[in-house]
Amino acid sequence: MSTAPTMIAPELSFDELVENFGLMDDWDDRYRYLIDLGRKLPAFPDDLKVDAHKVRGCMSQVWLMPGRTTAGTFAFAADSDAHIVKGLIAVLGILYSGKPAAEAAQIDAEAAFGALGLDQHLSPSRRNGLVAMVGKLKQYAAAA
Amino acid sequence: MTAAARKAAMATTFDPVAVRCDFPILARQVHGKPLVYLDSAASAQKPKAVLDAMTAAFETEYANVHRGAYLLSERATVNYEAAREKVRAFVNAKEPAEIVFTKGATEAINLVAATWGRANLKPGDEIVLTELEHHSNIVPWQLVRDQTGATIRVVKIENDGGVPTTAFAQVIGPRTKIVALAHVSNVLGTILPVEQVVEMAHAVGAKVLVDGCQGIVHESVDVQSLGCDFYAFSGHKLYGPNAIGVLWARRELLEAMPPYQGGGEMISTVTFERSTWAEVPAKFEAGTPPIVPAIGLGAAIDYLSQFDRAAVAAHERDLLSHAMHRLSEVPGIKLVGTAQRKAAVQSFVLDGAHPHDLATVLDRSGVCVRAGHHCAQPLMAALGHTATARASFGIYNTTADVDALIAALHKAREILL
Repeated sequence: MSTAPTMIAPELSFDELVENFGLMDDWDDRYRYLIDLGRKLPAFPDDLKVDAHKVRGCMSQVWLMPGRTTAGTFAFAADSDAHIVKGLIAVLGILYSGKPAAEAAQIDAEAAFGALGLDQHLSPSRRNGLVAMVGKLKQYAAAA
Repeated sequence: MTAAARKAAMATTFDPVAVRCDFPILARQVHGKPLVYLDSAASAQKPKAVLDAMTAAFETEYANVHRGAYLLSERATVNYEAAREKVRAFVNAKEPAEIVFTKGATEAINLVAATWGRANLKPGDEIVLTELEHHSNIVPWQLVRDQTGATIRVVKIENDGGVPTTAFAQVIGPRTKIVALAHVSNVLGTILPVEQVVEMAHAVGAKVLVDGCQGIVHESVDVQSLGCDFYAFSGHKLYGPNAIGVLWARRELLEAMPPYQGGGEMISTVTFERSTWAEVPAKFEAGTPPIVPAIGLGAAIDYLSQFDRAAVAAHERDLLSHAMHRLSEVPGIKLVGTAQRKAAVQSFVLDGAHPHDLATVLDRSGVCVRAGHHCAQPLMAALGHTATARASFGIYNTTADVDALIAALHKAREILL
């Protein structure tokens, strides 16, 4: 019997995130901040870390499941074995979780990561992984 | 200083700091920090001599080879064939005809699997591989296994990453037709006992293919004394350009093998009814070959040959032991691959941090290491890791590079843990 995963419920808005990122002097601090955001993600049950929930195309392991908030808007739960990827999941949570599904399906995540300057600081393989996660979220939001 | 004088000076001492100046890219910075390049096992940087040789080939003597009856084509052909002779001398092959240029080591191994394999393997025959092989020395054999009905048997590694001859003895038997093994593991740095494996394989009438990508980089290779039947390596790990690789095989083997790809250059006569093949090595070099990359590889061999390679190997061994020593001092670091006989490649993991995160954070300090499964997923599974970080050392690395890695690791721990 699997436990239901706890959906990601972000504590700050994307604009606040961009502002916080902008306040930091260097990328060491931004990575620290990103990793901290990842650490605050709700725990993803180990028994749900199965192939069916795995996002293909990521070099590290990523598990992702769609769901809804109590208000009925789009939400998801996700986890990774890599700290920086967990941080990226947290950013995706800020972007996607709590949005009406139709709106979530239209989010331009690439532009958002560009606004954070993160696009230039991710290796191509990580970018591929991010594209794979965004693809899954779009697919789930469109089907919700 | 002339090359000869320099070689004489280098014979007793080897000065990596001076060598660094030959590699233009090492002068650059990344993220505002001096570049600390510790990923030579993936691809080595190129000395200016290689870049100059390739530029000169394009600027002054470029045309297609083996066909034009004009000066430029003749010059390009001479230079291309001179590169083949340099490779021959470098590995001590009997004749240049035993050197087949390919686009890389992967193609060289695929060539053997597809041609020798399809011609010689049948149901019941066994292909012997080791657990630590690169995917390039696994997948081509799976393809030919599925085409011929042969089976693959795997030699297990020990916990420290070593592969003792006794492990080979358990697997090599009367059904063995070929043993394909790495000279040096790209993940662990383990040096495999090639000579002993050759003896065992030949005793049962099996051939031996050596994936020499990492081996030829760290020690001088003499294919005749090694005794193997095939030796494959790539140019880009040997300080040469990419898009060039080498397959060495004894002439009689090459002559008995059917062609790999069909096309120009590899034929003697063509009619719609049938074609006949060119002599080796042309039989295996269909189409316009990698002309300038071959010349670049020749220049890389010239470059390396100015040094006493034993002194270079000793320098790399010192780097490895310094790295192993200093890495084990970092809290939470676990060395992966500690076999007795090792080349200058060291995998490691940090408790509580994913190797990808580690590589990302190290990069911020200018330190380039590889993280991942290193194209050796069966090895990762055997070791019980999904990924490792790997530092690999080349001719231009210094103990200062190792120390920079250690300093960056301490900083990474502080960010990631």
